[in-house]
Amino acid sequence: MTAETSMRDAVVIGGGLVGAAIAWGLARQGLKPLVLDEDDLARRASRANFALIWVQGKGARAPHYARWTLGSARSWPGFAEELTQLSGIDIKLRQPGGFTLCLSDAELEDNAATLAGIRRDTGGEGASFEILDHRRTAELLPGLGRAVVGSTYSSEDGDVNSLRLFRALHVAMARSGVSYRAHSRVETIHYSGGLFRLEGPWGTVEAQKLILAGGIDNGRLASMVGLNVPLQHSKGQIVVTEKLAPFLAYPLGTLRQTDEGGVMIGDSEDTVDTSPRADPAINAVMVRRAIQMFPGLADVNMVRSWAGFRVKSRDGLPVYEQSAACPGAFVAVAHSGVTLAAAHALALAPQIAAGPLSRELSPFSTARFHVQAAA
Amino acid sequence: MSGPSLETASALASRYEAVVIGAGPAGLTAAARLAEGGASTLLLDENPAPGGQIYRSIEAAGAGDLRRLGPDYAHGRAVAERFRASGAAYAPRATVWDVGPATGPVAGGAADRASTSNRLVSLTLGGAGRAIEAGHVILATGAIERPMPFPGWTLPGVMTAGAAQIALKTAGLVPTGRVIVAGCGPLLYLLTSQLLDAGAEIAAVLDTTPRGNWLRAAPHAPGFLASAYMGKGLKLLRTVRTRTRVIGGVTALATEGTGALRAVRYGTGSGKGALEADLLLVHQGVVPNANFSNAIGCAHHFDEAQRAFVPDLDDWFASSLDGVSIPGDGGGIAGAAAAEVSGEIAALGALRRLGRLGEAPAMEAALPLRRRWKSLQRGRAFLDRLYAPSPAFLAPPDDDTIVCRCEEVRAGAVREAIGLGVAGPNQLKTFLRCGMGPCQGRFCAGTVTEMIAAGRGESPAAVGTYRLRAPVKPVRLSELASFPETPEAVLAVTGSHSTDRIEPLSTGDMQ
Amino acid sequence: MFRRLREAAPALRFRFDGEPLTGVPGDTIAAALLASGRLALRKSVVGGEPRAPYCMMGVCFECLVEVDGVANRQACLTPLTDGMEVRSQSGARTIRPAAGQEP
Repeated sequence: MTAETSMRDAVVIGGGLVGAAIAWGLARQGLKPLVLDEDDLARRASRANFALIWVQGKGARAPHYARWTLGSARSWPGFAEELTQLSGIDIKLRQPGGFTLCLSDAELEDNAATLAGIRRDTGGEGASFEILDHRRTAELLPGLGRAVVGSTYSSEDGDVNSLRLFRALHVAMARSGVSYRAHSRVETIHYSGGLFRLEGPWGTVEAQKLILAGGIDNGRLASMVGLNVPLQHSKGQIVVTEKLAPFLAYPLGTLRQTDEGGVMIGDSEDTVDTSPRADPAINAVMVRRAIQMFPGLADVNMVRSWAGFRVKSRDGLPVYEQSAACPGAFVAVAHSGVTLAAAHALALAPQIAAGPLSRELSPFSTARFHVQAAA
Repeated sequence: MSGPSLETASALASRYEAVVIGAGPAGLTAAARLAEGGASTLLLDENPAPGGQIYRSIEAAGAGDLRRLGPDYAHGRAVAERFRASGAAYAPRATVWDVGPATGPVAGGAADRASTSNRLVSLTLGGAGRAIEAGHVILATGAIERPMPFPGWTLPGVMTAGAAQIALKTAGLVPTGRVIVAGCGPLLYLLTSQLLDAGAEIAAVLDTTPRGNWLRAAPHAPGFLASAYMGKGLKLLRTVRTRTRVIGGVTALATEGTGALRAVRYGTGSGKGALEADLLLVHQGVVPNANFSNAIGCAHHFDEAQRAFVPDLDDWFASSLDGVSIPGDGGGIAGAAAAEVSGEIAALGALRRLGRLGEAPAMEAALPLRRRWKSLQRGRAFLDRLYAPSPAFLAPPDDDTIVCRCEEVRAGAVREAIGLGVAGPNQLKTFLRCGMGPCQGRFCAGTVTEMIAAGRGESPAAVGTYRLRAPVKPVRLSELASFPETPEAVLAVTGSHSTDRIEPLSTGDMQ
Repeated sequence: MFRRLREAAPALRFRFDGEPLTGVPGDTIAAALLASGRLALRKSVVGGEPRAPYCMMGVCFECLVEVDGVANRQACLTPLTDGMEVRSQSGARTIRPAAGQEP
């Protein structure tokens, strides 16, 4: 690739779900961003997600996160409609509510307590939920296994075809004047005179605004604009089955049938292992639980399994912040790239385009980590 | 003598010094040599009988079959007999779907470091799943036919030439009605000749070999002239030409028919034609069956002459993954005779690594084998260039052509995704589900790489290919669920819940 | 479509979509079906197109059939046995209904 220098009103580093949603959101504000992405085999959470638009259980002891998530889920229908119109791709959004199935009374109690706590902490704004016993759950989920003691249900949950979402965002970017360039890992970032200068073996780009959406690479990138974003290691695994005729009308927290028919079973969290290999022992536990939930799955073939690395800050919550040292540089870290896609495009991007982030987002700044560190 | 075939997962030992996967010439020879060298050896194969594709049904073949299929095929009898006499354990109809580190991830993320001495082989046999340990794994997965996409290649009545040959070898099936053979490569003419001998009516051979290939191959002709291929190859060409119509320079193919093949349309530089047909057999060479080696993490590179990704191998046919060797066509296309030799060399390397054979005797035994292997490579460079597939069948120009047969992704959609600037085949796969079906990209990986390369004006080497993951073959969830679990794995799935809160899977839930 | 070179020994009886057919020992299900003039064995999952065995060596997954109630078996790798019930598949398979349900 030839070296070149060009000036951009905004550069987004990272072409995954977070970067693409923000870039498209910026284009909706009239900017012409450039998205710089890495190679084909870079570690990409957008290829390993579970495709849930999920509210249930999110925001325990973090009411600002509960509100942010709920707000995104509620703006998803409009977001999906606009994206589909622009891209011509049906991303198969459905928000019929979702279940968390529990295989023991203890699981059910823990779960219910978490959801009640979120309701309490948000002053009743958090998603409403119901606790269902086995019989009631089985009425709504035919084929349910008798090992399921009960479930929690929240009407705000849903899912989407995340592969189509990913492609639709890239088509929408292309049709909104966003440039996308793969094989462009950013090695250095210089800031001077209010401008960012990004360099790599592929060339040089200058930008007035810089958005870091580089997933697990955000720690490295943020340090070059004076931000310290502590990330934690979090590996998840997913098992996918062959396509089945539709049998499951609702998404579950750990099991869903895609619109194409395959069943996704996940997801685990391993905070130690860094190998990209899916651990068969973890798959075995996930699959056992899935068979307990729906015994008819015992006969079904797994066709694929993979491991991915979540983009998680140290406390697991998103990070949104503008650098004080390098104003104009923003960082976005979120592991729920699907759920939050609507918020990233419709709420976060306009704030980035305008300048400072809103008060609503201030609890997401990295100050929370550094206060704790000093204490 | 080898004992009876092992038919159930529980009949397997929990550990073998060597596990060989695939019972073609490389696998049979490697397993025989390992067992002869004193290593406890297990040969796992998907098919019901030894032989692989090239020596399919070799043990059951009668005199007439051997005569019809020729001396190269008949040689397989000796290969199988040596294996049977070696004492290696044999489990046919076994589906191997993973080869991983023998111990789970350890603290500090050193999962790979823990894997250096043993490998864990996951398989299905007799309907049950099992994981066994192996001191060394020989992957002898052989070759698969290179995908040859064109409009209508999914229509019933279109099969690969290899498929017709397997039907002939295993069940003595001969096509009836009007048969058209299309494509390029030595196997195309071999099959045509075999089918003619068996009494089939071959209406035409549509040869897609690009006319310029002769020029590109010419500099390599000396090697070819000195090779065993030459005499056989030229004779085949002549025989076929005298017995059926050969139409050369074919640059386009399409089928006609609803529900079943009715006719084949073709185009050449000078015009178009159509032929009524009941069966169309297509072939444009073979490529290493590298799904397994790819999925378990062996390093690969793009071989320009073979126009395919092949595993990186050292001169013992050992891969980049310690304890995994890949002899035979799975390590790079070299043919059955070379596969046998490389299987022997890989076995010597494994015996040496297992401490069953000293360095000096291993080197000494390998020396003549290496010489023989090298001599068998003669002529290969010429053939690779002569039968290099036509660009029109590597990267189909017609937008309507199905690229991914499983997910029914068409060339137009692939080109659109390329137009978005996709980073490579893996991002394209995410966009389109191309390669996500049960065949796991075996029939589209090559095409996708070629299309991206053509779109970007880059070499396939720069584009890369799908990164695959186990399972290499579909596996039933109930088998997977029966695998042993660890407290760490339970924690990873159930989070804060303690291990005693997961109920054991009762047998009543299982089918 | 296909004929057998050698006339075969004792026949194995099986049924395809209820229709009685025969094969010979050593046949895979796919070979026996080809010999019986059956080409299209299923309708594809995505587009509902007819599909037939393509590679005969376990690679392409085009020959998936239901064998004795178990869906998605590779006909080209499964030896034929006497009395087999083979069924064609149309689109995605279904999971066994109500398995493990409370009585």
